[in-house]
Amino acid sequence: MQNDYLLEVKNLTTRFHTHRGVAHAVNDVSFGIYPGEILGVVGESGCGKSVTAQSVMRLIPQPPGRIEKGEILYAGRDLLSLTRGQMQKIRGDRISMIFQEPMTSLNPVKTVGKQIGEVYALHRGASKRESLEKAVEMLEKVQVPEARRRAKEYPHQLSGGMRQRVMIAMALACDPEILIADEPTTALDVTVQAQIMDLMLNLQARQKTAVLMITHDLGIIAEMANRVIVMYAGRIVETASTLTLFGETGHPYTKGLMNSVPVIGSKDASGNSRLCEIPGMVPSLFDLPTGCSFAPRCAHAQSRCHTEMPPLFTVSPGHKVRCWLCESDHSKGTTP
Amino acid sequence: MTNLLTLEDIKVHFPVKGKLFAPTEVVHAVDGVSLSLKKGETLGIVGESGCGKTTTGLAAMKLIEKTHGTITFDGVDLDRLAADEMRQTRQKMQMIFQDPFSSLNPRMTVNRAIGEPMKVHGMGNDSERADRVAWLLKKVGLSPEQGNRYPHEFSGGQRQRIGIARALALNPMMIIGDEPVSALDVSIQAQIINLLIDIQHEFNLSYIIISHDLAVVEHICDRIAVMYLGKVVEEGPCHEVYTNPQHPYTKALLSAIPHPDPTRRRHRTILSGDVPSPIHPPSGCSFHPRCPRKFEACDQVTPELTVMGSAHQVACHLYR
Repeated sequence: MQNDYLLEVKNLTTRFHTHRGVAHAVNDVSFGIYPGEILGVVGESGCGKSVTAQSVMRLIPQPPGRIEKGEILYAGRDLLSLTRGQMQKIRGDRISMIFQEPMTSLNPVKTVGKQIGEVYALHRGASKRESLEKAVEMLEKVQVPEARRRAKEYPHQLSGGMRQRVMIAMALACDPEILIADEPTTALDVTVQAQIMDLMLNLQARQKTAVLMITHDLGIIAEMANRVIVMYAGRIVETASTLTLFGETGHPYTKGLMNSVPVIGSKDASGNSRLCEIPGMVPSLFDLPTGCSFAPRCAHAQSRCHTEMPPLFTVSPGHKVRCWLCESDHSKGTTP
Repeated sequence: MTNLLTLEDIKVHFPVKGKLFAPTEVVHAVDGVSLSLKKGETLGIVGESGCGKTTTGLAAMKLIEKTHGTITFDGVDLDRLAADEMRQTRQKMQMIFQDPFSSLNPRMTVNRAIGEPMKVHGMGNDSERADRVAWLLKKVGLSPEQGNRYPHEFSGGQRQRIGIARALALNPMMIIGDEPVSALDVSIQAQIINLLIDIQHEFNLSYIIISHDLAVVEHICDRIAVMYLGKVVEEGPCHEVYTNPQHPYTKALLSAIPHPDPTRRRHRTILSGDVPSPIHPPSGCSFHPRCPRKFEACDQVTPELTVMGSAHQVACHLYR
């Protein structure tokens, strides 16, 4: 089938073989990223959002992890079939990644200028001087004040927000086509989070980088993403454009997630401040229920939900929901 | 309603050793905080990391020594109490922490962990205590059979329930929650928030909720105090502060929160820079280097809290 995806993930299945058993972290996940879009991936801890991203980057520790199945198609090649050397050429150059805690992903004994320049030197074969100039240019781009002086500093001399800017500078140094951002603002204070979100949106609009934005925060999704994937227990349960997801929420889990988030200004006048909660907890990845993984916590579950895994039903163009309740919408004439 | 807890001009300063032979420097973690908590009320303390909200909570329980100020709990000045009287009083004040795993002994069963404070304070005999532990477990939504297990066998949300049961064991009057739901996933966070609301009514508790999450605080609290660099910059009834924030910092903080509604128009005030170091706080108003509305007086005179109308106070030169 012909499509215009920049990167396409097909039937990705990643498992971890541990002494406790097999953890089914990512189960049969398929999606694509269009050029220049921000695709949000949202879900709670253990839903497989980070493992999906790490699989795309081939950063899964093996063993215990193993990509059991699937294809990751980028520029006409399957990333999973590349050698380590070939993958290293793509990683950091065409596809790069930023992480939640910049302190653990930066080298503490190298100046930040050197670390940013290193990426450029490696992928573009630039000289020492050129790469340092590039580092200063990138630091200016991510709005680090006094970039030339800061380039000579070490990570511990910078604040959390500044370190995340350094990570972004490093990730964007080679002008990648895809940026994978794994909870990039979670460790930051809200006012600094606002600065980083603003910076990412500006840079993204200018450089037209496609972003895979992984977060647990529906607020960040609403403000940044064009399209959203909702994950639960290693599976995609809903995917839609951001407006559709919030406006015509399909999956009971997505609804539950939205209702359980406290939102400022939503406390009702009678002072009743109880939140809608999702009962129970996320199933263990070592022992996923047969049928729909959300069924044990779902208020609408029927007997079929406990025995049969629902497929992703297309309820309207671009809006897919993994729930038996949507089966009828699906059969009402939309082409699968 | 009478005040259960009153903090007056609390200061907590930590000395930090600098370089060899350099003079010792001082972190002004809490720098003159006055707050009060009425019986049955929930007070929220919000602010970003390093603003002194946790230190204020710890100082209120005398878990760290304050440098200056008075703490009055249930009509008694805590400084006047002898060590064993302080222990008696501390039964009435309990704390819930952010990470329930690190605050539970991994080698103690849940029954023992919850029963321990009762044993220490000589409450009841063995069988009475066991009954109470089972009853508490049910109250927080766990089954009494789960009491024989160890903390690692529980999920984060369940561990926080255990932490709450332990805090309730001694029939406290006040619970200070330090980021009680921050480590939890949203669906679990809602469960714990609801539990906190339910037990507050049932046990007639007063809460201080310390959090960086303004939405959570709005949900549970009656009153809120916003802190910045060791000082309270705005304080008032929750509804009032959220709908009509006065201090430029509170305004920026509220506008910075991502709102889960893609159709909403954003009016975001983005603050430049980071929170300054509490070792050398800026002169005058400590917020002035980041303030979008600063003028001459701001870097010279420290603004005092001024009453703005019904119990709403703000420390800013714009409102003198």
